[in-house]
Amino acid sequence: MSVDQNTVRKIASLSRIKVEEEDLPRLEGELNTILKWIEMLQEVDTEGVEPMTSAVHMEMKKRDDVVNRGGMAAEIVANAPATEDHFFMVPKVIE
Amino acid sequence: MQPELVDTRTPDPKKFIQGATGDWEIIIGLEVHAQVSSKAKLFSGASAEYGGEPNDHVSLVDAAMPGMLPVINKYCVEQAVRTGLGLNAKINNYSVFDRKNYFYPDLPQGYQISQFKQPIVGEGIVTINPTPEEDIEIGIERLHLEQDAGKSIHDLHPTMSFVDLNRSGVALMEIVSKPDMRSADEAKAYVTKIRTIVRYLGTCDGNMEEGSMRADVNVSVRKPGGEFGTRCEIKNVNSIRFMGQAIEYEARRQVDIIEDGGTIDQETRLFDAKKGQTRSMRSKEEAHDYRYFPDPDLLPLEFEQSWVDEIAATLPELPDAKKNRLMTDFGLAAYDAEILIAEPKSALFFEDVAEGRDGKIAANWVINELFGRLNKEGVDIADSPVSARQLGAIIDLIGEKTISGKIGKQLFEIVWTEGGDPHQIVEDRGMKQVTDTGAIEAVIDEVIAANPEKAEQVKEKPGMVGWFVGQVMKASGGKANPQTVNEMLRKKLT
Repeated sequence: MSVDQNTVRKIASLSRIKVEEEDLPRLEGELNTILKWIEMLQEVDTEGVEPMTSAVHMEMKKRDDVVNRGGMAAEIVANAPATEDHFFMVPKVIE
Repeated sequence: MQPELVDTRTPDPKKFIQGATGDWEIIIGLEVHAQVSSKAKLFSGASAEYGGEPNDHVSLVDAAMPGMLPVINKYCVEQAVRTGLGLNAKINNYSVFDRKNYFYPDLPQGYQISQFKQPIVGEGIVTINPTPEEDIEIGIERLHLEQDAGKSIHDLHPTMSFVDLNRSGVALMEIVSKPDMRSADEAKAYVTKIRTIVRYLGTCDGNMEEGSMRADVNVSVRKPGGEFGTRCEIKNVNSIRFMGQAIEYEARRQVDIIEDGGTIDQETRLFDAKKGQTRSMRSKEEAHDYRYFPDPDLLPLEFEQSWVDEIAATLPELPDAKKNRLMTDFGLAAYDAEILIAEPKSALFFEDVAEGRDGKIAANWVINELFGRLNKEGVDIADSPVSARQLGAIIDLIGEKTISGKIGKQLFEIVWTEGGDPHQIVEDRGMKQVTDTGAIEAVIDEVIAANPEKAEQVKEKPGMVGWFVGQVMKASGGKANPQTVNEMLRKKLT
C-alpha cells in the first residue's frame, strides 16, 4: 500500500494541518516509508491472536454516577481567544 | 460501517406510492439518538442535566484540556444494557470504544468517542403497530454508546458563533434499525415505540423538544421488491410529525428524479420544517471520512454475564407485555390498550382506576373524559387535577346507580375544577339520582299538564316520547333515573 500526493493533501486537510505544495513530495516519501514498515509487520501471522489492548490485562476503570465536576465556567473559557457570558466565541460556522 | 442489507418484508401494495411510471416502494432505516438518563456524563463527573448556565456543566475532560483522561460512568453502561434487553437484543459482554474524527467548534476533542466495530448491543427486534391490525417486526442492527457534542448558537452575534459545551460528553445511545420500514407511518410508529420502551425502562426521557431524542432517517425508493436504491440520510429530525413529512417529501423527490431519468446521489440532507422540504447539506464532500480507530485512552468495556442477568431481573413490565395483559385481563380492544400503554404514567393511572372495577368502563373514562380533557388543557397526566382514586369513586357512584352517567360527567367537571371527595360532593349538592317513583311521577305529571297537545301526538307517534324524557330529565336537574322516567312515560302516554 502507498499514498500519492493527492492523498497526502487530503489527509492534511482532514487533520486541519496546513501543508505547502512544495512539502508534498517529501511528506509522500515519509508516509510511504512508514507504510512499508507497517507492511513488513503485517507479514507476521497473527491468526488466532487477540488484539493487545494493554501491556498487562487490566479491567477498565469505572466511575459511579455522581456529579462532582463542573461549576467552573470561568476557568473553562479562561484560555479562549474570545468569550462572552462564559460562551466560547468562534468565527461564524453555519450550515 | 455498512451492514449487509437483507430484505425481511414482503412488498405490500398498501404502502406503495404512485409515480408516473407506476408503483414505488419506500425503504426506511432509522438511527435514533437517545440521551441516557443519568446524573453525570459518560466520561466525566459533570452534570448531564438539560440547560444550565453556559459552560457550567463542563469539566476539564469535556473541554478536552490537555492531559485529561476519560473514565466511564458505570451507570450509563447499565442503562445501555437495560435498553438492549428491552429491545430483545444481544448484549455484548465485550465492546470497544473508537474515535470518530471530525472538526467542529462544538467538539473540542476533535473526535467523538463512539463505538464502531464492536458495539455494546447487537441485533434485536421491536414490534410496531402502525394500525391496530398490523403487527410488524422491525430489526435492530445495533445499539452503541457515544458522546454528545456541545451546542453552537449562531444568532447572538453578527460574525461569531457562540459555543456552549454543557451537552458535550453527555451519554447517548445510538439505536440503529435495519432498513425494515416501508412507509412514513411505519417509521413514526417505530420511533413512538422506541420512545415508549425507553420511557418504561427509565433509560431516556424521550423528550424530543429538548433534544434528548432525535433521529437520522435513511430513505431510498425502488420498484416494489426490486434492488435497494441509493439512500439519502436526513439528519437531526426532532419531532415525529416532522419525520413523517420529511420521509414523504424525500421519497417523492427521489421518485421524481429517477422517473426523469436522473440518479440519486448518496448524500446528507436537512429537513426544513418551515418549507416542509429536505435540502442538501453543503459541506458534504468530506463529511463521511471519520477515520475511526480504537480510542487508546480506553480499555475494552467488559462485564460479566451475571451482571447482565441482574439487570434483566429488574426490568419492568414492557409495553407489549402490558398491552397484552390489559387486553386479556380487562377485555380491552387493541386500540384502547395501545393508547393506555403509550406512556408508563398513563398505564399506571389506568390500572389504579381499573383495579376492582370494570376495565372497559374504566378505560372509557380514562381515555375519553380524562385524556380528552388533559389534551385540551395541555396538562400532563402527572399533574391531573382528577386523581385515579377520585375517578374510581365517580365510576363507582355511577355503577351503583347513585348518580346517572350524565350527572357523572358533571361530577367529573366539579372534581376537575374544585377537587374534593366525589361521594361527599354528591351528598352535599344533592346530586343523587331520584329513583323514588312518587317524586318522578310528580315531575312527569307536571310536564304532561304543561304540554297537552304533544301528549296527544305521542299516541300517534310513539317516538315523541323521547322529547318528554328530555323535558322530565331537565325538570329534575338530570337527577331522575332516565330508565325509570322512560318506563313511566310510556305507561302514562300510550
